[in-house]
Amino acid sequence: MTTLPSPISDWFSSQGWAIHLHQHAMIDRAQDPATLLIAPTGGGKTMAGFLPTLSELAENPPDGLHTIYVSPLKALAADIKRNLRRPADEIGLPIRIEDRTGDTSATQKKRQRADPPHILLTTPESLALLTSYEDAPRMFDGVQRVIVDEIHALAESKRGDQLMLALARLQRLCPDLRRVGLSATVEDPEAIARFLARHPDPCQIIQADPGPDPDISMLETHEMPPWSGGGAAYAIPAVLDQIRQHKTTLIFHNTRAQAEIFFHNLWLANDEGLPIGIHHGSLDRQQRERVEGAMVRGELRAIVCTGSLDLGIDWGDVDLVIQIGAPKNVKRLVQRIGRANHRYNAPSKALLVPANRFEVVECVAALEAVQAHDLDGDPRGPGPRDVLCQHILIAAAAGPFQADDLYTEMTAAGPYAALTRAEFDACLDFCATGGYALRAYDRWQRLQQRPDGAWQLRDPRATRRIRMNLGTIQDTDTLKVRLKRSRGGKPLGEVEEGFAASLTQGDTFLIGGQIVRYEGLREMVVEVSRRADRKPKIATFSGTKFATSTQLSDRILRMFAQPDWPQLPRHTADWLALQRDISCLPQRDRLLIESFPNDGRENLCVYGFAGRNAQQTLGLLLTKRMEETGLAPLGFVATDYATLIWGLDAVTDPRPLFRLEALRDGLDTWLAGNAVMKRTFRASATIAGLIERNTGGQRKSGRQATFSSDILYDTLLKYDPDHLLMQITREEAMRGLVDFGRIEAMIERIGDRIDLKRLDRVSPLSAPLFLEVGKVPVKGAAEERLLAEESARLMQAAGLSAD
Amino acid sequence: MNAVEITFAGQSLRALGSGALWWPDQSLLCVSDLHLGKSERMARRGGPALPPYDNRDTLNRLADDLASTGATTVICLGDSFDDLQASQSLETADRLQITALQAGRQWIWIEGNHDPGPVELGGAHLAEWSCDTLVFRHIAQAGAQGEISGHYHPKAQLRAKGRAITRPAFLVDAHRLILPAYGTYTGGLRSHEAVLTDLMAVDARAILTGPHPQIIPMPR
Repeated sequence: MTTLPSPISDWFSSQGWAIHLHQHAMIDRAQDPATLLIAPTGGGKTMAGFLPTLSELAENPPDGLHTIYVSPLKALAADIKRNLRRPADEIGLPIRIEDRTGDTSATQKKRQRADPPHILLTTPESLALLTSYEDAPRMFDGVQRVIVDEIHALAESKRGDQLMLALARLQRLCPDLRRVGLSATVEDPEAIARFLARHPDPCQIIQADPGPDPDISMLETHEMPPWSGGGAAYAIPAVLDQIRQHKTTLIFHNTRAQAEIFFHNLWLANDEGLPIGIHHGSLDRQQRERVEGAMVRGELRAIVCTGSLDLGIDWGDVDLVIQIGAPKNVKRLVQRIGRANHRYNAPSKALLVPANRFEVVECVAALEAVQAHDLDGDPRGPGPRDVLCQHILIAAAAGPFQADDLYTEMTAAGPYAALTRAEFDACLDFCATGGYALRAYDRWQRLQQRPDGAWQLRDPRATRRIRMNLGTIQDTDTLKVRLKRSRGGKPLGEVEEGFAASLTQGDTFLIGGQIVRYEGLREMVVEVSRRADRKPKIATFSGTKFATSTQLSDRILRMFAQPDWPQLPRHTADWLALQRDISCLPQRDRLLIESFPNDGRENLCVYGFAGRNAQQTLGLLLTKRMEETGLAPLGFVATDYATLIWGLDAVTDPRPLFRLEALRDGLDTWLAGNAVMKRTFRASATIAGLIERNTGGQRKSGRQATFSSDILYDTLLKYDPDHLLMQITREEAMRGLVDFGRIEAMIERIGDRIDLKRLDRVSPLSAPLFLEVGKVPVKGAAEERLLAEESARLMQAAGLSAD
Repeated sequence: MNAVEITFAGQSLRALGSGALWWPDQSLLCVSDLHLGKSERMARRGGPALPPYDNRDTLNRLADDLASTGATTVICLGDSFDDLQASQSLETADRLQITALQAGRQWIWIEGNHDPGPVELGGAHLAEWSCDTLVFRHIAQAGAQGEISGHYHPKAQLRAKGRAITRPAFLVDAHRLILPAYGTYTGGLRSHEAVLTDLMAVDARAILTGPHPQIIPMPR
């Protein structure tokens, strides 16, 4: 076993700490090209990652960068800086540790490039940005190690693909670079290892002792959860009770809007004035930092939060985690529970609070899955090519390149190991010329080839635009919210532009737990005043949509098949019995369809229990047939269990909707015109650089100068349907859909075992679907009918005639 | 024909679902804000290379409207080109299509803020043009009567059964009529923005374009 330099091992002894087995293993494997450590939160994971670095820097550290640490959160980088400084100082290591994120000042950033620290703590975007500078080879000269923290979270999104492309560039500059990934528990460690390592390097996986099973249960309440709804307001007294009984409680929500409402209700009921804070990504940075500071100092008894606190920030004495709303996915639940009780080898304590009765069923199924160590998750597909396009531009910003070299470099990134040369060339052509079938403006090419064959930017000033538009996070356009004062009041946070546009003066909404009144929009800032006297409209903050596992769906279907439900609370068992009584409970070998009017529209609920992607695909197919048969669908939403479709006319006979040959006929045209494709196009076109989020001066403001990305999509569909971005859009959209073949197989399997229940109103089981996020509008005949009816009504109400 | 008939300044006009204005008595078709050359201008200025099909699409739609109305006079109400250089950089195919559309028709280019000078294409180039009780100019003027203009790219929104429907729109009151932008690569300005609510009278109406254009009180 490799030994640590004595100053470090002495320091461990002086703290009364033993070095964990997995920390030793990391030191032993320090020379490996790539290592993945899987350890629960509180297992000294970060220290395990840094020990080899500290050890190598213990004697006569050379100048320059030695280790780059990458985390998904800016806050995490700052937190690690604090936690690493103390041991470094106490051990007496003369090393510089600095962070570099979007929040770092321009002066500091400039200095870091000229004179880098020994350890740099950063984010994927900031690292990618660093590789775009011409002086990157100098700055990265001699880098030995890179540590990717919370790699399981990064691997879930395009940020991970971006990071791996940045590491591929880094590796070319520093061929001896060694990689370490730190991950929470995941279902497929080998996939993460392949993602991390330079292709085809091997990557050893070190599994730390997972510790004891978590202590997890459902919160018992006197009040009954409602049929539908996401607020969990009924549980407020019971949650307050729990806060009183624990030192610090984290209360997780699946969406920011839910967190706001819950915090508001909690505050109204908090008669004894317990110190409780709120933390989510839409709040102003100062507000978030204040809450983080108060939490580190142990001043808060509870924090209402979202995924912004999901990752391994060390918040000290959290002894209880409460999850409001169904945890959607078991893996995430286990990772969240890891937040409680950072003492290793002590069981984490967590309580689940279902927001409605269907979620009670989901929670019980999730608890069974956790006990069975049944993790879920979808396999990661190949690296998306929109990110590849962005990185070709980033490479061009750093200087001229040869296509062969760049292809070799990029295919060394795990996610792009299978990228063909033809696929790469198409991306390069897109970056250079736009890649259109009509070669219109060759003289305005973005990249041009020099006589020696190297590609370079036509206009060197383009580097600025490339850097400003770097990144893969698709924040919907947001607007800042400020209190209205003569000189610009206190910033409160952000709301989506679409939500802001829906406000009229006097409307109220919740932000940071306060009710505010909309006063007006000034220079793209939403101005508000404090107002506590009215019931708020709710801010539609974007929430992340989690897909539940099929395993959870299976558990729920098995539960539905039971004659009665002793494992469920009485109210929920009664609710299921009512569903069985007035409609039916879904069964594995049949397809239950409910049809009912609600709120002036007709609804169709199809319980396929096929997983969200399949239900989403089913929604696209059924709305196609409904449009063709004149049923005027308006939109649909899919969950893991069901698809809810709403429209103007009732479905009385489902069989024509499921006729296979009719479904196939004209399917491509229908799919191509759908809102799912347009959304995907917008995201991919932005990442690939066709749409610029930041143009330099003022940001886009919905004025007449800007036009919708849907127009670009429609134009390409009409004149250049095989354009690279259309191919990418189809590839990316398919990640959220399933092959038509799978739906065909499902329809054939079900045959005529379709049960249509015509009800006079919403059924117990369909009620929660009305609050789902991710609604997909269908733009067809229904919209024209609505427009005609509403226009006539408006004209009549105004006492006007149509001419 | 998909159109809303209106009477404006004593004239009988039709707002077409395409965003063009048709004046049957004069056999006159008016379109505004074509912004031809938008993608070329973006690429020239180092911006993204947008799909270079905008001119083709705009001109094809104009050709359709000319064919279905049989118009003998065409008014392009300003900002026909995204800038003057865009008018010189037209691809041969687009240039030929414009020439073909102009054949046998009286064609008037009204100056806009994007294309303030004459362009090297056939037809008359005017700052504004009057005909009978109507005056055609790019930007609405205070106190005008019988004025047809463009410039603002108006759009309007209505809500019905949980659906918000937003379309490019004509705005019309007793004294002025503002056309929506006709060009493919154009966005819109909502009718409830102050600049439009200030300009239009309280009883103004909006005509939402689309397959079945509809007239409503102007949302403000």
